[in-house]
Amino acid sequence: MAETRLMTINMGPQHPATHGVLRLVLELDGEVIVKATPHIGHLHRGVEKLAEARTYHQVIPLTDRLDYTNAMGNNLAYVLAVEKLLGIEIPKRAQCLRVMMAELQRIAAHLIWLGTHALDIGAMTLLFYNFREREDILRIFEEVSGGRLTPTYMRIGGLAKDLPEGIEGKIKAFVEAFPGHMKEYETLLTKNVIWLKRTKEVGIISKEDAINWGVTGPTLRGSGVKWDVRKAFPYSSYEDFEFDIPTGSVGDVYDRYYVRLREMEWANAIVKQALEKLPKGPVLADDPKVVLPPKEMVLTDIASLIRQFKIASEGFKPPEGEVYASVEAAKGELGFYVVSDGSNRPLRVRIRPPSFLNLSALPKMIEGSLIADAVSAIGSIDIVLGEIDR
Amino acid sequence: MAEVHPAVEKIQGKFPSSAIEATTFRGEVNVTVPKKDIFEICRFLYTDPDLQYHMLTDLCGVDYFPQSPRFEVVYLLYSFKANDRLRLKTKVGEGEPVVSVESIWKAANWLEREVYDLFGIPFENHPDLRRILLWDGYEGHPLRKDFPVEGPDFDKPFVPEV
Repeated sequence: MAETRLMTINMGPQHPATHGVLRLVLELDGEVIVKATPHIGHLHRGVEKLAEARTYHQVIPLTDRLDYTNAMGNNLAYVLAVEKLLGIEIPKRAQCLRVMMAELQRIAAHLIWLGTHALDIGAMTLLFYNFREREDILRIFEEVSGGRLTPTYMRIGGLAKDLPEGIEGKIKAFVEAFPGHMKEYETLLTKNVIWLKRTKEVGIISKEDAINWGVTGPTLRGSGVKWDVRKAFPYSSYEDFEFDIPTGSVGDVYDRYYVRLREMEWANAIVKQALEKLPKGPVLADDPKVVLPPKEMVLTDIASLIRQFKIASEGFKPPEGEVYASVEAAKGELGFYVVSDGSNRPLRVRIRPPSFLNLSALPKMIEGSLIADAVSAIGSIDIVLGEIDR
Repeated sequence: MAEVHPAVEKIQGKFPSSAIEATTFRGEVNVTVPKKDIFEICRFLYTDPDLQYHMLTDLCGVDYFPQSPRFEVVYLLYSFKANDRLRLKTKVGEGEPVVSVESIWKAANWLEREVYDLFGIPFENHPDLRRILLWDGYEGHPLRKDFPVEGPDFDKPFVPEV
């Protein structure tokens, strides 16, 4: 009788299908995965440590670089945590604009996911369509904030600045054109036989397992759990918006694909609602101890100049305490646990990264399946290593 | 008087000999429990039919150096049934182990590895306690307060052993 033994192969960290620097060690019996061990940390920059050495305002640019496809959502999660710590109220206009930006960013993040996921499985065309629409969103971000990938648009107490002249028309044009683009994507994939063969009944994770492994976001909803931070703990006036939580039933790659597509439609609908109801008013809270004065004032008024200097160099001192604030980021629940000791720097900034926990459940999804299915499973959980390694 | 959180009331009833303190800040409940009871309390919170904290949202460490005991391990639990978050904290001294909750929530597997890696807190009964973000053989635990931000070998040339 021939001897059978397991073969161990290494996948990554420089592999096109691992979406960044993820390394997987796969033990194979023929083409079947017996054991998968993810190795992470190649992109570890010590963001949590760096945050402890900075004032509260200075942490915001670091958050952009966590999940770099979802910078607006990361900004939002961090500023919400600090605002909760300070106990300050944000003007309605700023809240509404934050929702609008976070949802546009969600669409952009899901577009990257859809393009690269389809590319992994072999459907190349879609990537070009997706990046075409994503470019529209990034142009909007550039006009609004000055940055494309790392906008750093949110501030503690509100936003960096109000919308520029004439941008509403561009956002409106995008929102109106987007459903048509969705049709293009769906024509290519949703009923495509090759796509179905590669995604149906692949990488399954059950409802109970998903919850036990701490999986959140579209991956959890694909397994049929109707849970979303935006509904469970509404933040930044999400309670004023009408939207549904799409769910899957089986928890396979296809369900996660389907959930994300529906999420893009709802995100588009939320942006539309935000445009319609955008209230008038300031975009920064009236709290001179925390919020920087307007630039014109700094150049003309000595008191504002002093205030600007004090806040920019020394920061502010929130009360002693600890808070947790989370948002529904593109990948799942992104939370910030901020501990303050009453000084101008945080004692601890813990980032609860959704991709980290979603990835930890990957071996559960792919053990026992074929090696080719590992590629579609990795794509379907939509990981970004910048957030996993921090 | 502030209302007592139902879960706090229940664990105080279940573990009468345990010193459990609860505080509320900005509407969030923080429960400090003794280290020896952490596993039993977690299992109780998970299994109790009224509470059902089925999700471990987060598990992290905090270093309060130079206080003693210096560390705190923080568990953030979520119950779908009650749509409620509960934060458990336990104080840990340097070099002291904490019992792993991996057998209750699989999510704790990587989260505890991260705490071990960055703070050097060992977890008992963990099936696979290895460094996760830093490489094997790395010396030190970066999130400790006595670890310099720029790293211990910032201005030293890196010469690998041949």
